[in-house]
Amino acid sequence: MKSLVHRVLRRIGAGDSHVRAAWMFLTPALGAIAIFFFLPILAAFVMSFTDFDIYSLGDWSRARFIGLRNYLDLLGNPLFWKALKNTFYFVLVGGPLSIGVSLGTAMLLNSKLVPLKGFFRLAYFTPVVTTLVAVAVVWRYIYHPRFGLMNYLLGFVGIQPVDWLGDPVWAMPALIILAVWKNFGYNMIIFIAGLQNIPEELYEAARIDGASTWQQFRHITLPMLAPTTLFVGIITMIGYFQFFAEPYIMTQGGPLNSTLSIVLLMYREGFRTWEMGYSASIAFVLFLIVFLGTLVQLRTQRKVNLY
Amino acid sequence: MRRRISLYIVVVAIAGLTLAPLLWMIGASFMQPGAASSFPPRFIPENPTLQHYQTLFTRMNLPRYLLNSAVISASITLISLLLNSMAGFAFAKYRFPGRDSLFRTLLAAMIIPAQVTMLPLFLLLKQMGVINTYLGVIIPGMASIFGIFLIRQYIFSIPDSLIEAARMDGASDFRIYWSVILPLAKPILVTLAIFTFMGAWNDFLWPLIVLTRDSMYTLPVALANLMGEHVQDTELMMAGSVLTVLPVLVVFLALQKYYIRGILIGGVKG
Repeated sequence: MKSLVHRVLRRIGAGDSHVRAAWMFLTPALGAIAIFFFLPILAAFVMSFTDFDIYSLGDWSRARFIGLRNYLDLLGNPLFWKALKNTFYFVLVGGPLSIGVSLGTAMLLNSKLVPLKGFFRLAYFTPVVTTLVAVAVVWRYIYHPRFGLMNYLLGFVGIQPVDWLGDPVWAMPALIILAVWKNFGYNMIIFIAGLQNIPEELYEAARIDGASTWQQFRHITLPMLAPTTLFVGIITMIGYFQFFAEPYIMTQGGPLNSTLSIVLLMYREGFRTWEMGYSASIAFVLFLIVFLGTLVQLRTQRKVNLY
Repeated sequence: MRRRISLYIVVVAIAGLTLAPLLWMIGASFMQPGAASSFPPRFIPENPTLQHYQTLFTRMNLPRYLLNSAVISASITLISLLLNSMAGFAFAKYRFPGRDSLFRTLLAAMIIPAQVTMLPLFLLLKQMGVINTYLGVIIPGMASIFGIFLIRQYIFSIPDSLIEAARMDGASDFRIYWSVILPLAKPILVTLAIFTFMGAWNDFLWPLIVLTRDSMYTLPVALANLMGEHVQDTELMMAGSVLTVLPVLVVFLALQKYYIRGILIGGVKG
């Protein structure tokens, strides 16, 4: 045992004062991350194979291993499939929409024709720094079917009032619009930086060859922005898969569970009914999906780059 | 010229749409009870009143929520700044076995959603007896991989010669960190401080889980709770929202240059 400890210590170079200093600096942060991040991940994994519930809260030994039963129960639970479907709806519609708006506004603000860029950049960015809970509260009133700002503005283009948060069809689009409004400014900043890194000569050469604005966008802007888009796509997707506060504040997952998200379901199972083992299995499904989503994006990107 | 004008109209229209919800929030918070529920919606109060702010401060325990939010956010910011900067310094300027693979592991772990940790974390903190205390919210925020990454990237660009010179003068490792590295890394520390503070201030799910006693609520948790009882009091809810958003907005406006830089370091090199 002792020799093993020695070997490990030698392996990480503990005899060297330089290395000792490095570990002195690393230990507080890495210790905190190990205990309060990595350890809970492992524990959650173990927990997802147990029937840990409200009775186990006082006495952990009451939890028993039940194999894959939580996961099998999950697969047989229509509410889980509903939450999964809703979450994918939010990510697959809201994600690309957000990124599209970010790219559009970035190109707009990058245009040489627009004065007062700093002011507009600030205006577009403001929702990003606001508190999600507070703006979700505000938007609940903005979506009011009779007095809300949204229906009032849509009235100008001849759209009849919509019961945004009361209609199972419109509740999710309502949350998506809020998310796009709240988040587009963040990626916009990243896209503006990406656009400024594209050499102006590329566009000049294209114009000399008679390329249209669309062709320049399609064959210069988009390919040159590909690495930026990949990064933006991954962080947006990871964030959107975790959506929780919007339905919690605005719809409580309703109407008819049309806005129930994976994290909301996990929260209810874990911290309202204290079915923590079951809840942990939901958390791991979320992790798995985010992981696969990241892989898919990296893979697609590689393929696109081959052209 | 026509193109320029139409472009300008689009830019202004988007700015209007983006700011409209926030302007309405501010306007409605000063309206008489019931006045915000009017059609067409109004942005400017007819008979402005401060009564909702007064109600929040005198009858709703708001000073306590403000204090809770401020203490928790400030503590997380200070502690994580210290821990992350030490670790970032070690990753940037020390050579030790396993450094690169350790760092890569940390980066890869960034895709793990925090929600995965929450159930066992709750049990762990319950065991430590810190549920319903400030510590329960602060402890999981003490260090962050993103913070370590951000600082490491910055400290990389500080020349080794400065460290060597300090070492020649007999400075200890800690002394070098404290008196050479930290002052030079000030811009990135400010950036990270804003990110951390805002993130902690705006955080919702974890405080909602850990803080179950009303007197411990942070502003977002209190606001969500208030919504349950006062959903009909539009103007009161708007005043509460203004007070929740205002502190982070002020911090951002004062230090926006640093905030934007943080996004770009994370975005371009990430």
